[in-house]
Formats: sequence, C-alpha cells, structure tokens
Amino acid sequence: MNIDELREHLCATYPDLCPLFSIEFGDGVLIVDRGRYWSAAKDLRDLGFDRLGMITAVDGIDDFEIVARLTAREIGAHIFLKTHVPRDEPAIETLTDLWPAADWQEREVYDMFGISFRGHPDMRRILLPDDWVGHPLRKDYRDERIIRRPDYI
Amino acid sequence: MALVDKIGQSLTGAPLVLTNVDALIDWSRGQSLWAMPMGTACCAMELIAASFSKFDFDRLGSFPRPDPRHTDVMIVAGTITRKMAPAVKRLWEQMPEPKYCIAMGNCAVSGGIFYYDTYSVVRGVDEIIPVDVYLSGCPPRPEALQDAVLQLRELIRSRSIAQGREYDRVYTLPLPGGERAGTTDPGRAEAADVLAGRRPKTGGDE
Ligand code: SF4
Repeated sequence: MNIDELREHLCATYPDLCPLFSIEFGDGVLIVDRGRYWSAAKDLRDLGFDRLGMITAVDGIDDFEIVARLTAREIGAHIFLKTHVPRDEPAIETLTDLWPAADWQEREVYDMFGISFRGHPDMRRILLPDDWVGHPLRKDYRDERIIRRPDYI
Repeated sequence: MALVDKIGQSLTGAPLVLTNVDALIDWSRGQSLWAMPMGTACCAMELIAASFSKFDFDRLGSFPRPDPRHTDVMIVAGTITRKMAPAVKRLWEQMPEPKYCIAMGNCAVSGGIFYYDTYSVVRGVDEIIPVDVYLSGCPPRPEALQDAVLQLRELIRSRSIAQGREYDRVYTLPLPGGERAGTTDPGRAEAADVLAGRRPKTGGDE
C-alpha cells in the first residue's frame, strides 16, 4: 500500500470525514467522534499504522481534544487521530490493547488533564505525587502555591 | 585560631608543631569533604564534570560517594520538585553529623527560572534542608563549585567543636548570615505570606 491507496481507502471508510482528511506530505489529520475513536484506531492499526508516537490532550475550554500520533513505517505516513471529550465526563477508551506504548502516555494525560481511559490496566498518576490535588494543565487549575510573574513591561 | 601555632624544634632536634585539638579536628574535617551528589537537573552536568580529570575534585579531597552514610556534604545540583523533595530530605537525614549542604545553581538556591508560574518546583532547597553555601549561576561552572567547597572549608574551620563558639574568619565571598538576601524579594515575601495564610491566594490564570 502506498500513500495514495491509503488516502483512497480512508476516504472510502470515513466518507463524512473525507474533506477533513488530508495526507499531503505524508501527514494526515483524522478527527472522529468519541464513539468511533477506538474503532478508528483499530482500523488504522490494521492498515499498517504500527507505531504510536504519542498521546496528548489539548484543553479547549469547552471540551478536551485527545491527539494520538500514529506512524505507518512501511507506507511512510503519519496521522494525527483526534477526538473530543466533554468536560463534564472526561473519559475515553484506552488504546493500550492496540499499542502497549499507550500505557504511560495515557497515564500522563490522566495526570495532567484528568481524563481517564476506560480499560487502562493501571490508571493512576505518573509524574506528580499520588496525593496531588487537581490536574495542572487544565486551564481552570488553581494552586495557591503558584506565584504569578509580575509585569515588568 | 590558626592550625599551626608554632613550628619549632623539640629537644631531640626533630621538627615540632604545636596546635590544639579543636583546630586539628576542624582542619581535618575540612580536608576530606566527601560529597553526596544530589544531581537532579542540568546543573548535575557541571557537578559531574567537576569530578573528572579536567577539574579533578579529588585533589581537594572532595570525592563523590553515592551513599549518604559515607558523606559529609550534600551538593544539591538542580531543580528540586515537590515530588523529589521528600527523597532529598530523607537522604539528608541519612547523612551522619557533621554534615553540610551546598546549594548549587539558581534552582537549588531559590527555584531559579522556575520561581514564577510553576506548580511543581520547591523554591530553593533551603525550604527543606539547611544550606551552608549558596552558589548562584545557571549553571555555575566547576571552578565556582570548587570555590564553594573551599568556602565551605573556611566555614568549617570557623566553627569550634565546642557548641556555640565561632572563630573570626575572613571570607572572600560574603556568606548569607541570618536573614538571607532573598528574603527582601517581594515575590518571596509574598510566597511566605501566602503559605502562612496572611495573604489571599493569587495562583493560576486570573
Ligand atoms: S540552575 Fe539552571 S542549569 Fe542549574 S538546574 Fe536550574 S535550570 Fe538547570
């Protein structure tokens, strides 16, 4: 399979997403809704995306965006798989059953954003101490120990 | 109190040195400051460089020893996070007396570049353990660390083994005594107020 075939295949599988999907220069973005996140990830893995580079999250105030970067080494393509998670119910399926590398990445997302991953084998904090209160990369995080930088200009 | 009070000749003609026990003990303590290398961030690179052949700390008797029970001075080189702080304190408590601490680099002195807008960094290792020598720089060069060890040696010689006695010493660099220089920083005062509950919280994005 080369990149053109991959694009055709993905457009056939996700026709409503086809306008959103671009894979110019070998990099693509695929935004799916929450219910299809795991199955889309599984499709991509079966298509040859054998490497999970990273999983991270973005706090978009209204909701969180999960970003997973996948690489198909044979085809030479990268893809960003994205989905949105609502703020009042921050949970999503785990990808650890597809790529074991997702384990620590998802723990970090949990630590920093408080998004829990259903089916993760070991869902606890990874960087901060276990008794930490709050998730510091959330935009609404408050911590009395933070000293604000004064305005010098 | 000088180490050597008098050099003379004994009755038998052999060279003779007169001194006192206090000075001898202080002198010998300063000569072999085995270091506990508490390297947690980039400053540790300079700490490592200091012990290899170019700078060669061994010749000053300062020898890295990764076992707190064998060491005299803890060199805190790097950022101390809130998660690391209990481990630092625990290692410090495992060191036998007499023990000393050198805070190496701005992070260990005051939090350095992580002083503002950070949720995870301890603002200076002196919030958890007592510090004898503060060494600024980001990172300080190995020569500066060498100087810090020599300063610490002077400090050790100025303390008597008898409790509460100090000898007059002239330091080439001023050492913070009592109130430290950083206490006048409005940010630090604010932090102390917030921690003590004297001031409302001002954290995060307002
Ligand atoms: S003082 Fe500078 S060089 Fe040293 S640990 Fe901190 S950031 Fe790194």
